[in-house]
Amino acid sequence: MQLNVNGKQHEVDVEETMPLLWVLRDELAITGPKFGCGIAMCGACTVHINGMPARSCSIPVGQVSGQVTTIEGLGTPYAMHVVQAAWVEHQVAQCGYCQPGQIMSAAALLQVNPNPDDEAIDRALSANLCRCGTYPRIRAAVKTAAAKIRESNL
Amino acid sequence: MHVPAKFLGTQITGGSSSTIDAFEKMRIAGATAREALLLAAAAKLKVDKNTLRTENGAVITRDGQRIPYTELATLAASVSLPDDVSLKPRSEWKQIGRSIPKLDMVEKCTGTATFGMDVIQPDMLYATIKVNPHLGAKLNSFNAANATAMPGVKHILPLGEVGVAVVASNTWYAFKAAEVIEFDWAKTAYAQTTEGLFESAIAAFKESHQDSQNRNDGDVDFVIGQAGDATINREYRAPMLAHATMEPMNSTALLKNGQLDIWAGNQSPTFALAEAAKVSGISEENIRVHTTYLGGGFGRRAEMDFIVYAVMVAIQLEGTPVKVTWTREEDMTHDNYRPFAIARFQGVVSGSNISALDVKISSPSVMESQMGRVGLSIPGPDTTIVQAAWDQAYMIENYRVTGYRVPIGIPVSSWRSVGASQNGFFCESMMDELAHEANVDPIDIRLALISHSPTRKVLEAVAELANWGRMLPENHGMGIALVTSFGVPVAQVIEVEKTQNGIKIHNVYVAADVGIAIDPSNIEAQLISGINFGLAAAMMGEITLKDGKVEQTNFHNFDSIRMHQAPAIHCKILENGERIRGIGEPGTPPAAPALANAIYAATGVRLREMPFKKQIQFV
Repeated sequence: MQLNVNGKQHEVDVEETMPLLWVLRDELAITGPKFGCGIAMCGACTVHINGMPARSCSIPVGQVSGQVTTIEGLGTPYAMHVVQAAWVEHQVAQCGYCQPGQIMSAAALLQVNPNPDDEAIDRALSANLCRCGTYPRIRAAVKTAAAKIRESNL
Repeated sequence: MHVPAKFLGTQITGGSSSTIDAFEKMRIAGATAREALLLAAAAKLKVDKNTLRTENGAVITRDGQRIPYTELATLAASVSLPDDVSLKPRSEWKQIGRSIPKLDMVEKCTGTATFGMDVIQPDMLYATIKVNPHLGAKLNSFNAANATAMPGVKHILPLGEVGVAVVASNTWYAFKAAEVIEFDWAKTAYAQTTEGLFESAIAAFKESHQDSQNRNDGDVDFVIGQAGDATINREYRAPMLAHATMEPMNSTALLKNGQLDIWAGNQSPTFALAEAAKVSGISEENIRVHTTYLGGGFGRRAEMDFIVYAVMVAIQLEGTPVKVTWTREEDMTHDNYRPFAIARFQGVVSGSNISALDVKISSPSVMESQMGRVGLSIPGPDTTIVQAAWDQAYMIENYRVTGYRVPIGIPVSSWRSVGASQNGFFCESMMDELAHEANVDPIDIRLALISHSPTRKVLEAVAELANWGRMLPENHGMGIALVTSFGVPVAQVIEVEKTQNGIKIHNVYVAADVGIAIDPSNIEAQLISGINFGLAAAMMGEITLKDGKVEQTNFHNFDSIRMHQAPAIHCKILENGERIRGIGEPGTPPAAPALANAIYAATGVRLREMPFKKQIQFV
């Protein structure tokens, strides 16, 4: 079947019930989205499907239509997305394993709400676990990214 | 130059020891490199070395000529190094004490960092394992007839005597095939239920099981005898806990041409090497351990099971690299857990003073269990049973701390801050109870018992940071706790609110003394992390046993603190301590008692058992 990831078309030959996560990781070697729980409880596998945040561990690849964006497609080390740059500015990551998912959730939030209050941040990000407990810096980074987005929209 | 290795010659990330261990070694290494560059420059310019100095990556000559290190590096590599170098006095430090951006940050924020889970080797296969959920017992037999024909399945292999590995073309195919294998598991001989485990802890409160009595000041029995019915008797409990690292256990291994390569995020490459040699029969010089980034350790990745299982697969599939990934369910039910523990206190209050405190703690030994798994035995007592109970700064006149060792059953392990993770809760909650009994401010009662100046200062600093004693909004409460672990005194004040939907944790104020603060931003990060880790356990962490198996399987029944529950955390870093200390763990122990004491202040409910969700709801 056909799959569009980060603007590139891929042909994959797998069972349609295979979760998107395992197609990305083991078939396409796109390892930014992480395996954490397999039941959409931790958010480490978060990607965008047509711009909306989705838990790729729990979506059969056969049901995916449209554009898949992973952390690698959001920005690169040399051209970071505004959210990634804010994450670096606030030195958010510790072990770092959950951060691709956190960043994808935050980017999706700011896409629809560039001025989120604490409650909106809570709602959008409480699906993403961080066992290192980096939440205060995540919150600060979301606010920094939001301010940058609003500035660039002026 | 000879730089001594750590205890037993191991490389290990644990015990908050890395900073202490590396601080002087790294400075000596840096100073030696600087000396080599100076010698190289002196040789190149044919001048006396003493006419040269260094600054900002260059050697500077007396007449101001600047030679970058990059131009001297090759020559410097061949000069003979001095045996001893002088280190810069603290007054001349430029980098130590500055917050410096972390080198791994961009990778980790762009999905380009390689964790163990992300290792890819040419023509690699993907595997998962199923190991006996009766931890420590064997696999009697299995029937994989339904699994062999499943999509993508390549091999089904025995895993020592304890389980099975399914090797496939994709991790998910391996997961699905493993689900349909039928197993006949042997059972364990130890307690089969949570109640049974706690009964074993109760049964160990006797002389025959006494492990240590590191503190016995004054005459506790006499004062308690005198007090009679006025003695305050309390019992506290803590459950088992999983490490629940975000990255489930995994490792990749390849045996090819007599060479064994292992890729794994791990906390002890030397243990990995030794265990891999033991299980494969390959000598250590033919094994390479590639240590990748790890998605959380907290003590879990100082265990070697996940590496051993990958090696067991690799040696059966010579020439093929295999990545072995555990499901979250396998990870959660096959951890080596933070042990369960019970503490019994007897306290006597005289006026505004604590005149006697007797502390008895019963728990399985982490060291016996953990070291036993790598073939080491620990002679003498295991002081982690009474860690952060016997070794605190309090100078109570009649003060006794006794540890009791529960015989090893279910495997237990180091879990961020080890014994301090439960004992901090026990002892500092009891201290709060005694303060209320004595009708004395909980900070004042502590200060009255402490002369150690750096410890007093963290209490004073946290009181100031939290504005302790200020008028609080309605339904708010503040609690204090002070725990010294790994040499770091840490005081925390937590502010909670009792709302209609449960307890809301608003603020955590923390003061910690690390002796020398190398990188304040990183210390703050570790404090925040340690606190949230401790709060998660206090609020909701619990591993239970039923029919000999762990009941919790994934984050739906072993959840952790999330964004909407995470408080604002305000940090104060102090440097009054006698020497440099590590900060990976010391932030954790005070979080649970500070929270319990705050909840008591806000609600009047005294929590003597973790997790608190058993008794109280959180927002």
